[in-house]
Amino acid sequence: MNFLAFGVAGWICLVGFYGAIVSKNLIHLALCLTVIQSSTYVLLLSIGYRKHGTAPIFKGVKLGTTAVDPVVQSLTLTDIVISVTVIALILALALDAHKKSGTIDPDQLADFHG
Amino acid sequence: MPLATLVPLQASILVLVAFGATAVALCRNTLRQILLSGVYGLLLVLLFVVLQAPDVALSMLVVTTVAYPLIVLVAIARTRAGGVDADDDDS
Amino acid sequence: MTRRGIRAAVAVPTLGVLGVVLFWGLSGLPPFGNYHGIYGFLINHRALPQRHTTNAVTATVFDYRGFDTMGEEFILFAAVTGVVLLLRKGSEESDEAESEDQEPPEDDVRSDALRLFGMLALAAGALVALWLIAYGLVTPGGGFQGGVALASAFGLLYLTVGYRPWTRRTKEAALDPLEGVGASGYVVIGLAALISGLPFLTNLLGPGKPGTLWSGGSLSFINWAVAMEVAAANLILYKEFLEEYIVPLARRGG
Repeated sequence: MNFLAFGVAGWICLVGFYGAIVSKNLIHLALCLTVIQSSTYVLLLSIGYRKHGTAPIFKGVKLGTTAVDPVVQSLTLTDIVISVTVIALILALALDAHKKSGTIDPDQLADFHG
Repeated sequence: MPLATLVPLQASILVLVAFGATAVALCRNTLRQILLSGVYGLLLVLLFVVLQAPDVALSMLVVTTVAYPLIVLVAIARTRAGGVDADDDDS
Repeated sequence: MTRRGIRAAVAVPTLGVLGVVLFWGLSGLPPFGNYHGIYGFLINHRALPQRHTTNAVTATVFDYRGFDTMGEEFILFAAVTGVVLLLRKGSEESDEAESEDQEPPEDDVRSDALRLFGMLALAAGALVALWLIAYGLVTPGGGFQGGVALASAFGLLYLTVGYRPWTRRTKEAALDPLEGVGASGYVVIGLAALISGLPFLTNLLGPGKPGTLWSGGSLSFINWAVAMEVAAANLILYKEFLEEYIVPLARRGG
């Protein structure tokens, strides 16, 4: 039962990879990449969880109460904001490919000699 | 076998997140996929709150409600209006 | 067999093998809820006495692991530069777009109630975003979350008020320097410590009073620099993408 958290993270990663591999559309591919990234967020936060822990904010909370790990939370929150711009870069590349060749199908783009 | 530290609330949201991810990855129509992705983002916000991470939940919330739909919808509109309808509608 | 069929046929066994290895690795982790990492334990106990910030996550992002955050900020900067290079129009195309600006495109919002709501929502959203940034050291929040929220509040302008107010209020000439100031501000604050003989990014101003706006010393300045950069970078992204949508609409006559 405890393995459910890590198991769900692993399942999300695998299903995201499958969606990205059999994709017919570059925009669909970008959204599958966001699914793969979200699996890492779920895994990181599940690793840092402590039994009966509260959030690592100590305003009004006595110092010394059990709190979950703040280091994995810091990694995750900067990653979420950065991934927006990286996915925007991928979408901009897809738009550029569409302008040059008229299609966003990865199979047809592979045959295109720009 | 140690007692489960996974509260039923966390377990149910984890199962919903797994279903949401499967739906987002296997949806073919990109317009439907961005709507599903918005719902999946809100499910992730719930999961992060329940895993005691309010900062992470805040950043996921602001990102998944405005930033992602805006850029993906513009990309969809641009690649449809460009002439070749590259959007696949099967399944 | 189509290319996609070959890919699907190869993907399923490969992902099966990957899944087996992944689940075998995940089963070796300590059970859920029994994380014994000492670093997080130490930060939870020392962030408030040392840095006077009640939010341990913000203290980690901007102080204890501030060097990593500088690297991530530059990933943001590089990605936005890439998008701008790809999508910003060349000089002859932008002249054509400006001559189209004479007639507004048909997607101007006509309902007054919607425009009023848009102005109020922008004001409320901007206030909440500024509160998130300013009190990020005390309660959940911080430069990253508040920066994206501020950019989203301005993005609401296009949706509810119209195309003309949006282009008037988001000039590239204003956003590009703001983003640069935010990115370089981080480095300048770190270099200020280096110049006075201490290691890079040391807290020069001393910790303040915990639980108030003035807590954490140079941590709060780094917080504002990151917020400025994230907000400006996101607004540049929205502007570039919306121009892709608006300009063909205007050229076709609305």
